[in-house]
Amino acid sequence: MGQAYDLLMLWGGNLLVGAVNTILISLCAYSLGFVLGLSGAVGKLSGGPIVRGILLVYTTLVRSLPELLLIVILFYLGTQTLNAVLGQYGITVTINGFVAASVVLGIVSGAYQTEVLRGAIQAIPVGQIEAAKAYGMSPWLSFRRIVLPAMLPHAIPGMSNLWLNITKDSALVGVVGYAELTLQTRQAAGGTKWYFTFYLASMALYLMISLVSMWLFRRLEDRVRVGQAKA
Amino acid sequence: MEQQADPALMMSFLDTSAWGFGIALWVAVGLYLAAWLFRHAVILGSRFDDDGAIARAMPDILTLVGYAIGSLFVLYSIFWLAGAFIDITVWTWFGKYFGQILNGISITLQMLAFSLVVGFLLAVPVGLVQVTGPWPLAWLAKGFCTVIRGTPLLLQLYMLYYGLGSLFQSYPEIRQSFLWPILREGYYYGFLALTLSVAGYEGEIMRGALLAVPKGEIEAARAFGMSPFTVVRRVWLPRAIRTVLPTLGGEVISQLKSTPVVSTVTVFDLFGVATKIRQETYRVYEPLLLAALIYFILTLIITRIIARIEAQVPQKR
Repeated sequence: MGQAYDLLMLWGGNLLVGAVNTILISLCAYSLGFVLGLSGAVGKLSGGPIVRGILLVYTTLVRSLPELLLIVILFYLGTQTLNAVLGQYGITVTINGFVAASVVLGIVSGAYQTEVLRGAIQAIPVGQIEAAKAYGMSPWLSFRRIVLPAMLPHAIPGMSNLWLNITKDSALVGVVGYAELTLQTRQAAGGTKWYFTFYLASMALYLMISLVSMWLFRRLEDRVRVGQAKA
Repeated sequence: MEQQADPALMMSFLDTSAWGFGIALWVAVGLYLAAWLFRHAVILGSRFDDDGAIARAMPDILTLVGYAIGSLFVLYSIFWLAGAFIDITVWTWFGKYFGQILNGISITLQMLAFSLVVGFLLAVPVGLVQVTGPWPLAWLAKGFCTVIRGTPLLLQLYMLYYGLGSLFQSYPEIRQSFLWPILREGYYYGFLALTLSVAGYEGEIMRGALLAVPKGEIEAARAFGMSPFTVVRRVWLPRAIRTVLPTLGGEVISQLKSTPVVSTVTVFDLFGVATKIRQETYRVYEPLLLAALIYFILTLIITRIIARIEAQVPQKR
């Protein structure tokens, strides 16, 4: 036990750095996914046939392929395309692993968020949006004042699940070499041969991330549901 | 491990084929502009058009011309993209690896089917004890679900494969036993991790479903003198499963999408085979694209099957 404690103290810093990386990647990817998801949802609901077609391909493809496969494809496709394009202008860049991981996870999460947000917007009684129009609100104003607040209660359970998924899917970017929590754990465990100690410690960290997020989302849901009947 | 795509090849394709694309774009735009000018010329010259019939018809013609040009343009783009795709991709490895790919598909489907069946058999008691079990069991099941659902599958797999694997390895008795060839295989660890994952996720789903069954039905079953086991088997479980059938269908798809993680512990499932082909042929994308296509088709087929099963089960009223 003593040795396990010493090793944890020695490698614990790496695990914590990994945990922070996991949280940061998840936050960036989730934000990017939210931007994609919101635009995607609005595009699916009020876009023209071309926009809707593109979005349909995007959400269908991403949601029917394994995350690991998507992450590997997007990772190499993204970095090499960028290099090829920039290479034409004589610029060579080494793509930051953090940015690549966030963008890849964000694109994947964006497809799922599109569907969640689209469902949430569709759950708003159409009369509310018509009332906003009748008051002469511009589309943007009615989106900001009516659609966004009214859809949040419907969106939050799904969005909470997607956040939990992204924190777990971020483990997969370790496979393409970014040192988030799972890869750090694997290296620490492999380096010391104290497998159970490190995997258990890392599981505890992930569990903490999940439980704290779940608690925060529950509070958020209570907040946006103020004045509504409890489901 | 990764090989760079041949930059020279990519450049040449960007240089030459872009010309055809650009010319097609400008021809299309030019044709549309010409049609627009023609319409206005006709409207301006409406003194020749006494009742305005031509002028009224022209916008429709313009729309038609626009659609015709648009669809030609789209078709051309598709052909261009397909041509470029064929030009810059290499598929010569396909014949050599065909058997391995089929094998990979088979392993993926085995992982999916076995983990779903065994996982579901575990999920039912995990859900049940949370609803009616004595508190230590309920607490244990709750903890199990929380850990499985709160940590990444990849980490669970690593924990089993490297953790349990090294633990087994440190006992000479196990290493010499007849079980060792099994305990060394990534396949069984992958299978175990996937099964536990199904048990955790579906255990939680079953808990909700079991709670959702109206109390009166269970009381009625008890009043008929059914033993607790019979109540579960004849009334409680069938009612619960019926309510969550759509959710379980979704779980099948997400389980299919989880199976590639087993390739990280040396299992040659579909994704593992694709990775192997990439490493041996130095083709970066083609094996992944093929794998993506196969996963896509598998998802479509499984979705169809689930929809068919759901259609056969009467909906909850």
